[in-house]
Amino acid sequence: MNEAYHGNIGYFDYFCPMTESEVHNRCFHCGEDCVSVTIMFEEKPFCCQGCQMVYAILSSSNSGEYYKLSEYPGVKNSTGEAGKRYDFLDNEEIKKEILDFSDNGVSRVKFFIPNIHCSSCIWLLENLHRLQPGIMRSGVHFTKKEATFTFRESEITLRGLVELLASVNYAPYISLESVDKSRNKSVNRGLYYRLGVAGFCFGNIMLFSFPSYLAVDDSVEQFIRQNFGILNIILGIPVAFYSGSGFFISAYRGLKRRFISIDLPIAIGIMALFFRSAYEIISGTGPGFMDSLAGLLFFLLIGKWYQGLTYQALSFERDYRSYFPVAVTLVSDSGEESILPLKNLRTGMRILIRNNELIPADSILIKGEGSIDYSFVSGESEPVKKIEGQRIYAGGKQAGPAIEVLVEKEVTQSRLTEIWNQEQGAESGPNKWESLIDVISRYFTAIILLLALVTGIIWWFINPSQAALVVTSILIVACPCALAMTLPFSFGGAMRVFGRNGFYIKRSSVVEALSRIDTIVLDKTGTLTKNHDLEANLDHLDLPESYLALIRSVARHSTHPMSLAVYQTLPGMNTMPVSGFTEYPSKGIEGTAGGHLFRLGSDEFVLGSRSVAGAAGSLYVSADGKPSGYIILKHKYREGMKDVLNSLGRKYELHLLSGDNDAEFEALIGFFPSREHLNFNQSPLDKLNYVRKLKAEGKRVMMIGDGLNDAGALHESDCGISIADDVYHFSPSCDAILESRQFRKLDSFLRLSKNSRRIVIASMMFSFFYNLIGLSFAVTGNLTPIVSAILMPLSSVSVISLITIAIYLAAGREGLNKGYSV
Amino acid sequence: MNVILILVGFSLMVALVGLAAFFWSVRTGQYDDPYSSSVRILFDDEQPEESESKVADATRSASPTKKI
Repeated sequence: MNEAYHGNIGYFDYFCPMTESEVHNRCFHCGEDCVSVTIMFEEKPFCCQGCQMVYAILSSSNSGEYYKLSEYPGVKNSTGEAGKRYDFLDNEEIKKEILDFSDNGVSRVKFFIPNIHCSSCIWLLENLHRLQPGIMRSGVHFTKKEATFTFRESEITLRGLVELLASVNYAPYISLESVDKSRNKSVNRGLYYRLGVAGFCFGNIMLFSFPSYLAVDDSVEQFIRQNFGILNIILGIPVAFYSGSGFFISAYRGLKRRFISIDLPIAIGIMALFFRSAYEIISGTGPGFMDSLAGLLFFLLIGKWYQGLTYQALSFERDYRSYFPVAVTLVSDSGEESILPLKNLRTGMRILIRNNELIPADSILIKGEGSIDYSFVSGESEPVKKIEGQRIYAGGKQAGPAIEVLVEKEVTQSRLTEIWNQEQGAESGPNKWESLIDVISRYFTAIILLLALVTGIIWWFINPSQAALVVTSILIVACPCALAMTLPFSFGGAMRVFGRNGFYIKRSSVVEALSRIDTIVLDKTGTLTKNHDLEANLDHLDLPESYLALIRSVARHSTHPMSLAVYQTLPGMNTMPVSGFTEYPSKGIEGTAGGHLFRLGSDEFVLGSRSVAGAAGSLYVSADGKPSGYIILKHKYREGMKDVLNSLGRKYELHLLSGDNDAEFEALIGFFPSREHLNFNQSPLDKLNYVRKLKAEGKRVMMIGDGLNDAGALHESDCGISIADDVYHFSPSCDAILESRQFRKLDSFLRLSKNSRRIVIASMMFSFFYNLIGLSFAVTGNLTPIVSAILMPLSSVSVISLITIAIYLAAGREGLNKGYSV
Repeated sequence: MNVILILVGFSLMVALVGLAAFFWSVRTGQYDDPYSSSVRILFDDEQPEESESKVADATRSASPTKKI
């Protein structure tokens, strides 16, 4: 490791003079602060070995352009998955499922690569042939975060390709679910076709309608009216029936379910416009409203397109299969290891589970020491120790040296799948309660129809010939174009702001749900606490002050999260040189500093036997062989948790549901209204029932959780948010996904959703105002085509602009307009 | 006056060709990923192609009558 500290005078030295000997630099590759070490290579600083190695690979293959296109384009490899095993990719069966095609030594494969986030990523992946000539062609689909590679099998294998991608930190996400290929995400092209037709016809109809707006010589006008009118009808047919088809279908579906959606008045309006105009043109009584029709549909479809610009790369419905590995290591009777695709795993087979690997099926431990981390499944933060002969359930991860297990139940029969299926059975519906727009459209349609009827009857007595005209006028002008645009631009706009800030919402109705909740339920492990960061408690450490700096120096040499926590918590400035440093995986570390031999690690490693003194999760310490107490390590709470909980607690009723024990009770009680609001040792079913009970009390519940044990409760709640360190990895079915580092913005998100709702209501009133003006024309029989042609686009455009500006300002007030970098 | 109808007819046909071109571009997937395309045009083709472009230059200058 090339270590050095940065000695130049830079921004940090000038504005924040450091008393420590280590100055903070920004890593040239990923832009993060170089907290503990700064590695200098070719005169550039790097925060870790990983970043420096990627830089070395790129600069040696003439790929420096990567760094010129974006600032700090790299992503720090912080998941600790260094050396992930890809040997299963040599297995022919698995290869066949993953590859798109393979012919004559040339193969093509499409991968989902979550780390794609900027133009440099596109450049690098499309220029990957610089690193490996065997890659013939590569293309990136940025929105889906997919990359397709065509390569020659003789020069680089599939496994080699994946390992190359991993070495530059663009590892593809390969899971059982993606291998299955049964899901087909095709882009919605139909909307573009319909939009194209609407735009084409809109422009041409406007041109043909133009002469009739001007007063011209009578004979000419007659000629033009007739012929251009016919043209308008011909152009109007595709617009009304092809471009508008979506609205008819949706309105019909709604009616079948006895449900009035906003599309019903739109559909009525389209029909009224078309048939009235056709009648007028053919009978020669008027120029018709075809231009308003085409304009209306054009704007409506733009609204639909805008709404559809969501995140194609994320999936909110995760099948349990995406949680599992694609293949396992099978151990034969003679001890030989081979790769086995997961779907071929049967009862009675022996498999090897290495450190940090998932246990795919209920099995019995037959060799090795088990230390199973079930935090995702049950919420317990402490790994469970298992010895030979004990049963291990699927879903846990082995946190220790490799073990051999004998499969007892098949994957589909294992406990994980059982829990998953049980939660899926929890009742839920897409519309937990009637959304604002549904209520409005019901009243709106009713009022309009009533108005049309009444006015029609009145006119029938005054002047029968006008009655039909007036009725159709009302139906035309009352068309809620502006109303229909409100949703995509307001909630859709809010969705976009959220997405830029790491909060991904499934659909816009969820934003409305967010604005109406009054109760928040939180999970503890992984939600309030961080998954990887630990903090050290030194109260039980029994060493003289001078030794602390020495221990710190020893800990610095290890990259284990526990060592990092020790290093960061212990006081001390300079680090001493350490000799004889050795790291024993899952046991501990030792090193000699300042003339003393120190050991940090598990009780058996440091003391030679099991100890009952410290709680689980303690790091024991010895100096020169003498036991010197222990350090307690706990998962850190997320940044800003205190502020978030305090400000949320003022407006919402907070509850805690944790699968873990109540050790943290004292630390958390201050944020919750009462003792009854804190609940520990909750099973997945307990959580589900708790949420159900709250809902039965009439409360509107939002639940935040991260694990499988939260899945049922998430489903049951009115708004379920899944919090994740890596938003592309498995998270239970939910309404929204929150990037874990953005947890501190939760209060801002909720405030913005409330403001969005206010904006929606305000814009609805605004469009009612337009409707009133239009209706006053229609009811008095004065709605001429030119009035409607002006009023409709005007209302649409003004509503859209006002809403967009309003959302932008509301987001700015919460500080959400800057977004965040990956 | 009837000639205007013929002219309108032709102009509509030309416009339809444009619409057909739009349909084709959607069908060949050009609207699937607007971000990558917008970024891709800004990439430089550089150094490793140096030797190739030198060869290309040489051949081009060698045959000045070649059509552009």
